[in-house]
Amino acid sequence: MANHSGNYVPGSGIERWLDDRLPIIRFSKEHLMDFPTPRNLNYWWTFGGILAFMLVVQIVTGVILVMHYTPHVDLAFASVEHIRRDVNYGRIIQGTHAVGASMFFAAVYIHIFRGLYYGSYKAPREIIWMLGVILFILMMATAFMGYVLPWGQMSLWGATVITGIFSAIPIVGEPIQTLLLGGFSVANPTLNRFFSLHYLIPFIIAAVVVLHIWALHVPGNNNPSGVEVKSSRDTLPFHPYFTMKDLYAIIVFLIPFAWFVFFAPDILGHPDNYIPGNPLVTPAHIVPEWYLLPFYTMLRAIDFNVLFIDSKLGGVIVMFGSLLILFALPWLDRSKVRSGTFRPLFKPFYWLFFVNFIVLMYLGAQPAEGIYVLLAKISTAYYFAYFLIILPVLGRIETPAPLPASISESVLGENKAQA
Amino acid sequence: MATASETKATRRDFLYVATGAVGAVGVAGVAWPLIDQLNPDASVLALASIRFDVAPVAEGSSVTIMWRGLPVFVRHRTPAEIEAARAVPMAELKDPEPDENRVVEGHDEWLIMIANCTHLGCVPVGEAGDFDGWFCPCHGSHYDTSGRIRRGPAPANLVVPPYEFISDTVVQIG
Repeated sequence: MANHSGNYVPGSGIERWLDDRLPIIRFSKEHLMDFPTPRNLNYWWTFGGILAFMLVVQIVTGVILVMHYTPHVDLAFASVEHIRRDVNYGRIIQGTHAVGASMFFAAVYIHIFRGLYYGSYKAPREIIWMLGVILFILMMATAFMGYVLPWGQMSLWGATVITGIFSAIPIVGEPIQTLLLGGFSVANPTLNRFFSLHYLIPFIIAAVVVLHIWALHVPGNNNPSGVEVKSSRDTLPFHPYFTMKDLYAIIVFLIPFAWFVFFAPDILGHPDNYIPGNPLVTPAHIVPEWYLLPFYTMLRAIDFNVLFIDSKLGGVIVMFGSLLILFALPWLDRSKVRSGTFRPLFKPFYWLFFVNFIVLMYLGAQPAEGIYVLLAKISTAYYFAYFLIILPVLGRIETPAPLPASISESVLGENKAQA
Repeated sequence: MATASETKATRRDFLYVATGAVGAVGVAGVAWPLIDQLNPDASVLALASIRFDVAPVAEGSSVTIMWRGLPVFVRHRTPAEIEAARAVPMAELKDPEPDENRVVEGHDEWLIMIANCTHLGCVPVGEAGDFDGWFCPCHGSHYDTSGRIRRGPAPANLVVPPYEFISDTVVQIG
């Protein structure tokens, strides 16, 4: 809502003096308090705030953990145990950081699927969406490198498999892999550089979050009706209406988070990561963390050669393609209607895509044999078909339901129907 | 500004290009050490060759040793395993290579290979899989008694490192 004007009036002489030099109070009031926000936002819209909160939680707990952690192959495993057993409240702080990664991804998946359903990626919000995809990829890189740091068996062999992906690239692949590892296998140089990058990338994420929110504050929020804000009757100030709503959602979100931290801090991890890393023995069954499983399934689904592309490279292309395709989404979905609520044909395909994503996640945790191999191929095919075939075609053939004239009308209409 | 002078390269254009080129060389020169420090350092490369006495490894058993941070299988093969490996027609192989090329002549019973699956680097399990060679549990690659890929996603045979027998029983790898 570019046409809104701030109503900040500096009160005291000091505020006026500051406002002429660094208008930070004016900026905060316009963007954190008075920002006009569609009044019909539902609870799916609280996950942006939850994600910002989670980033702070991870940075704060992470900075504390570094004070007690030792990045060396001989000491890393023991130092994490030291944190959990000896450091005051270390059990809770380490648990919060480890469970926090999972909660962060749970929130980001809900945030992404909300955007997919309500068409939040469509014009004029393409840049917001693309910055979001960058954030998602940075999150995955950070989480992967963080999982290596405790130097358990899953840390070591997960790192071996994931960096092995680079060796699939023709000609330059193996030199790149050696460059990444700092040796011929995952070893101490690898642990050290992953530690360095794991500390760095969250701050890059924080910077991209600033761009993400900046881009959001140009057109303003999308909303469940998908109809743009037309007048001030459609909006409420961000504070106190949405600060309180976000805060309430954060507190509800903290309930399962706290349950995991206090009662089951390891349930989301893999027991093999409690075996110290051993470069001579591979665990019988390597699985990444749950939040990376859908992409891992797509990597494994390609076990056949296509023309000159061998199966290994093919899997890598498909896995990276599954993320890169998200950048093109705003131009693949040709429908002018944003919200899935008003798209009768879109809805079943969307929910099938959602279920398919859960199936991909399930398959990633299963051994690559028997029926699972076939299911993985079908699910991978649907993942790509949704973006490359279904959305472009639906944009042409679908007749959307009539849209409400405005946000305020859609809200009042709902009330009337309930009365 | 006159349009005629814009179409012709001026001295100033030359200065811009020359300055830019020198700057780019400078940036590349500074960037290279920052990238190259990621490559294996001298202490990693210093472990490039090891010696191993194979005498204690009994027939039909194998050991895993470390070379350059990589696990290496040293397998003392039985005559039956050698025979099985040599009986396979080349046409059946995904990465065709005769067994004779994978061992040192006169030491045919010793199969020495880097123990990382050529798919994504897991360590395969010995005397397992559909071909009684090695089986990689990560993504299901089967290798035969010569360490050649027979089925699964791995693209190539297990890698034979450069090595030589410096006496009857001592092998130098690297």
